[in-house]
Amino acid sequence: MSEVAVTPVAMPAKRRMAQLVMLALAVVVIMGAYANVGLAVDGQIPAGMLAYGLGLGGLMLAAYFVLAKFAPWADPLILPLVTLINGLGLVVIYRLEAAGMRGASTNSQIMWTALGVVMFSITLVVVRDHRMLQRLTYTAGAVGLVLLAIPALLPGSLSEVQGAKIWIRIGGFSIQPGEFAKLALVVFFAGYLVAKRDVLALAGRRLLFIDLPRARDLGPVLATWVLSLLVLVFEKDLGTSLLLFGTFIAMLYIATQRTSWVLIGILLFVGGAFLAGQVFDHVGARFDSWLDPANPVYYGNADICQTSPPGDAMCGKSFQIMQGLYGFGAGGILGTGLGQGHPYLIPLSFSDFIFAATGEELGLTGLMALLMLYALLVQRGLRTSLAARDPFSKLLAGGLSFILAWQVFIIVGGVTNLIPLTGLVTPFMSQGGSALLANWILIALLVRMSDAARRPPPQAIQNEGLTQVFQR
Amino acid sequence: MNRTLKRAAVACLAMFALLMVNVNIIQAVRAENLQSDSRNQRNFFERYAIERGRITAGGKVIAQSVDTGNKEFRFIRKYPDAKLYAHVTGFFSPESADAIEATENKLLDGSSADLLLRRSIDLFTGEPTRGANVDLTINPKAQKAAYDALRQSGKRGALVALDPKTGGILAMVSLPTYDPTELSGTNKGKVFSRYDELAKEKDQPLLNRAIGQTYAPGSTFKVVTAAAFLEDDSSRGPDTTVEAPQRLPLPNTNISLPNYGGAACGSGQVTLVYALEKSCNTPFGSIGMELGYDKMKEQTEKFGMGEPIAVPMPVAQSDFGKKEDQAAVAMASIGQRSNRMTPLQMAMIAAGIANDGTVMKPYLVNKITDSKGDELDAADPQELTTAVSSETAGKLRDMMVSVVSNGTANLAQVPGVQVAGKTGTAETSDGKPPHAWFISFAPAEDPKVALAVIVESGAASVGAEATGGHTAAPIAKAVLEAVLNK
Repeated sequence: MSEVAVTPVAMPAKRRMAQLVMLALAVVVIMGAYANVGLAVDGQIPAGMLAYGLGLGGLMLAAYFVLAKFAPWADPLILPLVTLINGLGLVVIYRLEAAGMRGASTNSQIMWTALGVVMFSITLVVVRDHRMLQRLTYTAGAVGLVLLAIPALLPGSLSEVQGAKIWIRIGGFSIQPGEFAKLALVVFFAGYLVAKRDVLALAGRRLLFIDLPRARDLGPVLATWVLSLLVLVFEKDLGTSLLLFGTFIAMLYIATQRTSWVLIGILLFVGGAFLAGQVFDHVGARFDSWLDPANPVYYGNADICQTSPPGDAMCGKSFQIMQGLYGFGAGGILGTGLGQGHPYLIPLSFSDFIFAATGEELGLTGLMALLMLYALLVQRGLRTSLAARDPFSKLLAGGLSFILAWQVFIIVGGVTNLIPLTGLVTPFMSQGGSALLANWILIALLVRMSDAARRPPPQAIQNEGLTQVFQR
Repeated sequence: MNRTLKRAAVACLAMFALLMVNVNIIQAVRAENLQSDSRNQRNFFERYAIERGRITAGGKVIAQSVDTGNKEFRFIRKYPDAKLYAHVTGFFSPESADAIEATENKLLDGSSADLLLRRSIDLFTGEPTRGANVDLTINPKAQKAAYDALRQSGKRGALVALDPKTGGILAMVSLPTYDPTELSGTNKGKVFSRYDELAKEKDQPLLNRAIGQTYAPGSTFKVVTAAAFLEDDSSRGPDTTVEAPQRLPLPNTNISLPNYGGAACGSGQVTLVYALEKSCNTPFGSIGMELGYDKMKEQTEKFGMGEPIAVPMPVAQSDFGKKEDQAAVAMASIGQRSNRMTPLQMAMIAAGIANDGTVMKPYLVNKITDSKGDELDAADPQELTTAVSSETAGKLRDMMVSVVSNGTANLAQVPGVQVAGKTGTAETSDGKPPHAWFISFAPAEDPKVALAVIVESGAASVGAEATGGHTAAPIAKAVLEAVLNK
């Protein structure tokens, strides 16, 4: 036998240096933006600039070391991307607080960012092998349901803020359990679908060109659909409802490879949306103000909107979306420059409408860059999914990436009036602790799976006579 | 699963592509539309973002923008003299502006094409855009004198003083008035409710009576009738004898025109100058009928009526009245009936006579300078019309001097100066006391100022003997003294 040519397989590199440089670049960009706000608003570099810079730099360096130690093969782009988006959100919130906007709090967001990085690190350290999550499929499902249900069961005084019943408020402290439920449910969906996908993929009757699933397999889809409607009915949270249902359908499709599930999902969604529009005023009104937001009928009385929060009876449903659009318009192509626009005129511009605030001051240029950052992040997640070696990892990574993209689409699409507005946070940007923590955990899971996927497979030792040893 | 994963990736890509396209549509295509939406509060702040130019009068600042340091309302408009210049400067409210603030807005806020060069230079040197400064022809001393004297009468009224040789407006006062600072605040609610309050007031403080209101000119109009009479035949002069019956029968009616208080006018046949001094009605009524409507109307047009005038605020149209019967011409020729004049128009009549018969186009803006003080534009005095020949102007001047020295307007005499003038007492149809008028110019030999003043219902408290001259002439005198430094 002639000599076998052993061609070395191209393996992913760790690229740790590149990651560190990009991380440093992200911190430098954030600090530059931060100084920019200070110069524009007060005419001087913010007093705490050095402390903030060192703090953020130190925090991210710590995250980097944890990642380097516990997930050395992980995709080098993910952490810098998230850092940059998170930091940009901080700058916009700082800018709004500097303008005296009520509700905007940089310090709390910095604290939550730090906690988010801590949660990121803990997740990486604790979840050494993400496949352990597969064993927790039903536990995760139960936890997700409970978290989702808590606000609906609590009295309004403990769970309702501005119409949405999605909080747990104890003392001065409030969390949105739905943000964590989202994570748990994606884990559940992944585990459940991996187990059942062969059954769910079985074809039933064929209608036109589509193989319909068997009627008895409709159960899980209907259950999720009902769950989403319940969230909508009892928590008045259109965003989360849409987010969960859409993610489930996407994961179902990925798992079963059946287009018919997507069609069934869309039909169910349209039916549900139509029903909700008929039954609930607030859903129907959103739809009307989406189609014609500039209409004075939906715009309402601006004077009342300016003094009382949106949702006031006299303040129109489209007032908020129009304020957001005015912000985008004021920004134009290049933006007014950080600290030089009036983004505080947009209600909730530090949370749901932070994309509009960013659009006003950084312009189309800034928003395109920001959307690119999100797209890149999603793309890195999906690559992880493609490269993963077991179905559960593929589905979990795919589901987590999709939910990120889907969430950006729902909220950014809503704020830019592409689709009807539903309240959701803009991942990593909007002010809010629960969402930050949950999303940092989401990133930790992606990093964990990316590490596993990119790690070189154990090489079979070619020497004859020796026992094969796997190295890990 | 990789096949479906890739499709899911394409779906994600499509979602981001949709978002990007949509953001492009909003921020590149629709941006301008959104920016110009009147409900967009940013437009409101924009109004206060630029340092508007100053409005000055003879070097004195009467309107300026003050830097508050506030982010939203950076520059606030202030009017240091409060009510004194209200009808000249106007106001700069959150949604509108008035008078000079409105007509010169593009210069004041720097958006005028005339300021393109300045803006380009500022762009390169990195300086913020500032509006141009507007200097007015107003003489602060004359304005103050007019305001104080008119206010002392306690009545509504107006005064306009012109430089007869250029047409520059030296003083323009209308009472009652308002404080423009109150209407230039940034608190919309407060400003608008104050505006509504002022707009509803019976005395109409927002109305600039000097150019925005017309009144029957009364006897002051007799100088126009006299002018037409003299122009009709150059051999006529102050000493030409005119018919002056006690009552002038009006053709085709059963009424006749009396003199003021039913008095006789001399012996029934008087000189023109006597008729003017005593302000007899019958001679001028009969002159008007003798000349006829067309000639009278033509004479008013020669004094500048009929052409729309802007100073640069638009001026209400003065009018001799429609063509009716002879009786109407007689009444209109003594400044009654449908004859309606703005105080500015009456000042232009005085100024035309003062300026050898040439009426100059009235104007308020003296010059425009950019924020660095470089002159952009300066007033270019223009002839509006030729009212009368130089000879006729001389005759009218002599007669009007005589009115002040021997006639009804002795209260307008200024020591050491020859003052020309004519009083008027305009009957109002609604039974209220008549308006007191006075038009004047001085010094007669080399006029520096011509003016018209009206005090609404000003002839009220005066005895039967006196006419409008009693109330209006002293006000004119104060302004003449202020301009002539007496």
